Amino acid sequence: MSSNYEPGREIQLEIFRRMALLVANDEQTRRAVRTGRLVMPYYSYRGQEIIPSALCTALSDGDYLCTIYRGIHDMLAKGMPLKDLWAEVAGRISGTCKGKGGPMHLTYPAKGIMVTTGIVGSSMPIANGLAWASQLSGDGRVSVATFGDGASNIGAFHESLNLAAIWKLPVIFVCQNNLYAEHTTFEKCTAGANVAARAQGYSIPGVRVDGNDPIAMYTAAREAVERARAGEGPTLIEAITFRFFGHALGDNDSYMDQAQKKAAMEADPAPRFRARLIAEGLATEAELAAIEADVNARIEEAIASALAAPFPEVSELTKDVYGAEVAA
Amino acid sequence: MSDKDTTTIVEALNLALTDAMADDGKVIALGEDLADPEGGGVIGVTKGLSTRFGDTRVRSTPIAEQAIIGAAIGASLVGYRPVAEIMLMNFTAVAMDMIVNHAAKLRFMSGGQTHVPIVIRTMTGTGIANGGQHSDYLEAWFAHTAGMKVVAPSNPADAYGLLRSAIEDDDPVLFIENIIAYRSTGPAPKSGSRVPLGKASTVHEGSDVTIVAYSRMVQEAIAAVEALGKEGVSAELIDLRTVSPWDRKTVMASAAKTGRLLIVHEAVTQFGVGAEIAAEVSSELFGKLKKPVRRLGGPYAPVPFSKPLESAYAPDAKRIAEAALALVR
Ligand SMILES: Cc1ncc(C[n+]2csc(CCOP(=O)(O)OP(=O)(O)O)c2C)c(N)n1
Ligand SMILES: [Mg+2]
Repeated sequence: MSSNYEPGREIQLEIFRRMALLVANDEQTRRAVRTGRLVMPYYSYRGQEIIPSALCTALSDGDYLCTIYRGIHDMLAKGMPLKDLWAEVAGRISGTCKGKGGPMHLTYPAKGIMVTTGIVGSSMPIANGLAWASQLSGDGRVSVATFGDGASNIGAFHESLNLAAIWKLPVIFVCQNNLYAEHTTFEKCTAGANVAARAQGYSIPGVRVDGNDPIAMYTAAREAVERARAGEGPTLIEAITFRFFGHALGDNDSYMDQAQKKAAMEADPAPRFRARLIAEGLATEAELAAIEADVNARIEEAIASALAAPFPEVSELTKDVYGAEVAA
Repeated sequence: MSDKDTTTIVEALNLALTDAMADDGKVIALGEDLADPEGGGVIGVTKGLSTRFGDTRVRSTPIAEQAIIGAAIGASLVGYRPVAEIMLMNFTAVAMDMIVNHAAKLRFMSGGQTHVPIVIRTMTGTGIANGGQHSDYLEAWFAHTAGMKVVAPSNPADAYGLLRSAIEDDDPVLFIENIIAYRSTGPAPKSGSRVPLGKASTVHEGSDVTIVAYSRMVQEAIAAVEALGKEGVSAELIDLRTVSPWDRKTVMASAAKTGRLLIVHEAVTQFGVGAEIAAEVSSELFGKLKKPVRRLGGPYAPVPFSKPLESAYAPDAKRIAEAALALVR
């Protein structure tokens, strides 16, 4: 597929910067959970970093995002500040949601991160509403809903595609197909085993891309963004990828095809992208190492500041339930 | 499994399903990740069922709660007894049309020609940092829906006996399991035993105050009763076991005896099950109660993530004892 939007050096480096941040953040989060410094359910996105890194490079700060419990990569790529994020997952009052939402409900409207849902399928209907608002106001923003392959089998997916299509909404549906929904394989539960093909039924473009390929992923995202901004309506992108650490961290992964998992991990897209940038002369080892060092330092700082921050007072429990407090 | 003295709730439920399927070929099961290739359920409650009874009777489904409950309803209309699992109670929200508008009402709307003998098993509870969309007790929604029954066991033997009864019941039953109570142990059920729906159990007899609880709150209340005993307060503890229809007779008799009633649940206090029981007891025993009926439940707020907030959310033994003590003193 030839496209006007193939990324040049600058864009590829930008994708790399985001990817490096996500990779390091996942590693630190896994360590924090395993050592008990963080107590939370963690749905590692390790292996899926290229998707939001490329996607968010094609978006602007003002564009909207609705993501899911396995979505910290999406949020970081969209610009959620590390300190706010870490304080939230540590349950601190200085977190993006004052510790009330936690890892599954991180929210940061200043960068367009409007909803994080723990309910499968629920990112899509809400992204449509955000897109409708942009259609009404003419603010030119694009809305993105990310979700998993398993979510393509729930009613909300189909209702949302249809609505977005008939209203020609500036919305992009990004299915991060990591081939598993909890312990169920994609093939077993998805008729036709092709999410992108479902777009046809709603007369909108459906593209299946290698979500681990930064160029293919960026190009597909950029085309969808341009289409949406031009008022041409929604796009469904199915980005094929893999999750390296199971559904939730600590799960028994005996349900997984171990050979498939091994192959996927050996084909880890992160070092592959890194090596290619150097091989193609787009960056030097030193440049990339500097990016990684910077990212690691920022994460360390965010962790230290989060863990030093106070927890919310118990009186916070009944605040933020309504705009003005209601006597219960 | 059945010859052990003690067992866990997970094992008791697994045994109940196994026995029910072995006894009645019409019992079938469906839900996300429920079959053995997918691990036999996220907690393992359905482990072994698909291997033993086949993957047409025991099916893993896509993530499609509406389709899960719909399929259960359909099969039940023509003679099967489906046990549908909705992984977490909050996800019942996705299937509310099927549950409220269909499962609960088809018998009535068809003038009794059809009925829906399904069991919807689901788990929930605070205490594991799962946050606002994975921890709620929503039993009041279902208890408020005429046509539904709601069951919430607190120990392995009741879990077994109630699940067997729920499967045999001719009406739709919502069966609530608590996540952190799954591994708690208790006397093993007798294989083949039944606990009737609508019948509470008196866990501890007392004379000063009655505490009514269900699900995991019974475990907290047991500790509270012990602590109260040390303070010289004799508390009677009733495990409701079935939330709807609730055992009026047992609760009324106890409240009439002690003159003081505390109702405890993990769900938000406001508009909850406690409100219904309090209203009924207050009207029936008006003038006979020594103190106004008291409710102790969650605050009027979603379940928070942050540990200190989450810990303050559900009642615990200490707060139950304090509330009971306040009624007595
Ligand atoms: C409506 C609903 N049903 C069930 C669940 C439990 N659940 C959480 S994640 C998940 C699997 C989702 O798989 P997929 O959509 O492929 O996303 P992934 O986790 O692979 O990123 C399930 C079943 C849920 N959160 N919401
Ligand atoms: Mg998936």
